[in-house]
Amino acid sequence: MGWFKRIKEGITTSTKEKKETPEGLWYKCPSCKKISTSDDHVKNKYVCTDCGYHERIGSAEYFEIIFDDNVFTELDENLISSDPLEFTDTKKYTDRLRDSIKKTGLNDALRSAHGKVNGNDLVICCMDFNFIGGSMGSVVGEKISRAIDYSLKTKTPLMIISKSGGARMMEAAFSLMQMAKTSAKLSLMDRAGIPYISLLTDPTTGGVTASYAMLGDLNISEPGSLIGFAGPRVVKETIGKDLPKGFQTAEFVLEHGFLDKIIPRTELKEKLSQILRMFKN
Amino acid sequence: MMYLEFEKPIEDLEKELEKLKEVAEKSKVDVSKSVEELEAKILEERTKLYTNLTPWQKVMVSRHPERPYTLAYLEYITKGTFMELHGDRTVGDDKAMVGGFGEIEGRTVMFIGQQKGINTKMRQIRRFGMANPEGYRKALRLMKMAEKFNKPIVTLIDTPGAYPGLEAEERGQGEAIARNLLEMAQLKVPVICIIIGEGASGGALGIGIGDKVLMLENSWYSVISPENCSTILWRTWDFKEKAAEALKLTAEDMSKNHLVDGIIEEPIGGAHAHKEEMFERVKQRIILELEGLDKKTPQQRIDERIEKFCAMGVTEEIED
Repeated sequence: MGWFKRIKEGITTSTKEKKETPEGLWYKCPSCKKISTSDDHVKNKYVCTDCGYHERIGSAEYFEIIFDDNVFTELDENLISSDPLEFTDTKKYTDRLRDSIKKTGLNDALRSAHGKVNGNDLVICCMDFNFIGGSMGSVVGEKISRAIDYSLKTKTPLMIISKSGGARMMEAAFSLMQMAKTSAKLSLMDRAGIPYISLLTDPTTGGVTASYAMLGDLNISEPGSLIGFAGPRVVKETIGKDLPKGFQTAEFVLEHGFLDKIIPRTELKEKLSQILRMFKN
Repeated sequence: MMYLEFEKPIEDLEKELEKLKEVAEKSKVDVSKSVEELEAKILEERTKLYTNLTPWQKVMVSRHPERPYTLAYLEYITKGTFMELHGDRTVGDDKAMVGGFGEIEGRTVMFIGQQKGINTKMRQIRRFGMANPEGYRKALRLMKMAEKFNKPIVTLIDTPGAYPGLEAEERGQGEAIARNLLEMAQLKVPVICIIIGEGASGGALGIGIGDKVLMLENSWYSVISPENCSTILWRTWDFKEKAAEALKLTAEDMSKNHLVDGIIEEPIGGAHAHKEEMFERVKQRIILELEGLDKKTPQQRIDERIEKFCAMGVTEEIED
């Protein structure tokens, strides 16, 4: 038994990083640790004003950033996943779904909507990473498939915003076949000559990369996004050495010829409406 | 003959049979009756085992070291007329993916498939049947050529996945597979895809968009291998048997879920036990399916192909 007992914990944060950041009011950039007000951060499209770090955001934020006055018609919003394989790992898939729906307020990992971008019509399918890692299951595939039907019928350009770890394992082969389904449907867009823009955001990997994300007439991305087929850990295990710096970043993918452009989110709406205008006129 | 773990009872019986024959040879005693009995017993045991394989056991059969690979099928099916064509015309020639024209009953068919190596050196060269982007692009080039000359396409799928290497990423593995999915959906000629061994994930699907997608009885097809599924969901390899069950990856389950169009039965004991019979069954099935597909117009085939894949997936609509 010691003579003295420390009741108070010592200072654990270094002075340099110690800042008071009450919830809601301030945003602290995880990359450069700079602090800005939440208002400024939102105004800057969730991009760090200092270092340009792009915070991961969801469909609600993208719709607000892109659609004029945040006005849009959501498509097939009531579609939810069922459990065709009665899949159970450490948790029942049905429970996992229920918890995710409750936690995120979303019905699945993708929302689709029709709205205007500086007056130009656009259908957007946007993935939500919060929902089981943005994994692609039957709902994601079906919603994209229906959004393409809608685009074909109304002759409206389509953009899919990808943000996903890949296939949803709990739907096994059903999930795999969503790659076939979405790509087959995109072949109809291709033949009909309606523009399809793929926006690959951080992260886009696995089956999503190997299907609709790489099939845009234009493939665009945000700075620093992770984009790849195999995950970096798997590649590292395969080659048995460390990966080169910047491997599988948007900049790397652009350099290797698989992206048309990297567009910072702050310029996304302007560039997008320019692209839509140029396709149209 | 190599035996899998669960084939131990058969192995023991076979050994017994061998011993019996040896003894008979030496002592010149007539044991033909015992031999007959033992052979019947082996067949019975083998039938019993092979009609009740668990999903994991099927995965093991699909990877049996003596299981025939793509080129062995092509050699038999085309009676030696298979002419391999190389290269993607851009980067190189991927040895994990083979393809070329061959004749089947006098008709030219474009054959494409992943190829695993038959010995240690070849396994390395063929990367265990894991194709690089140039493999998928070679496959697409050959499919486009088949379309140009109006020849049907048959793909044989046998891969543990697309190769997850550094160069594969640099050269756009994702784009290569995605492009194949889109282009195969629109091919004007008949396309038959047969999973002859392992059908793992996008690497399999990359040559798997067909009018008819068939599976050999002891092959498997899913979004991930049972081992990797176990690693991701349970964080250890130990649940691979459980993962194999949960993934519903057998031919029977895939067919039940309408994710493939049919099953080609294997001889008792698996494809490796009676190779020629297996080749013959595959050949006859190809001929049969082509007959059916020939009756349709190109547009009909394309529409039905796309519709089929678009019907895959199970969702529910909820009330507001």
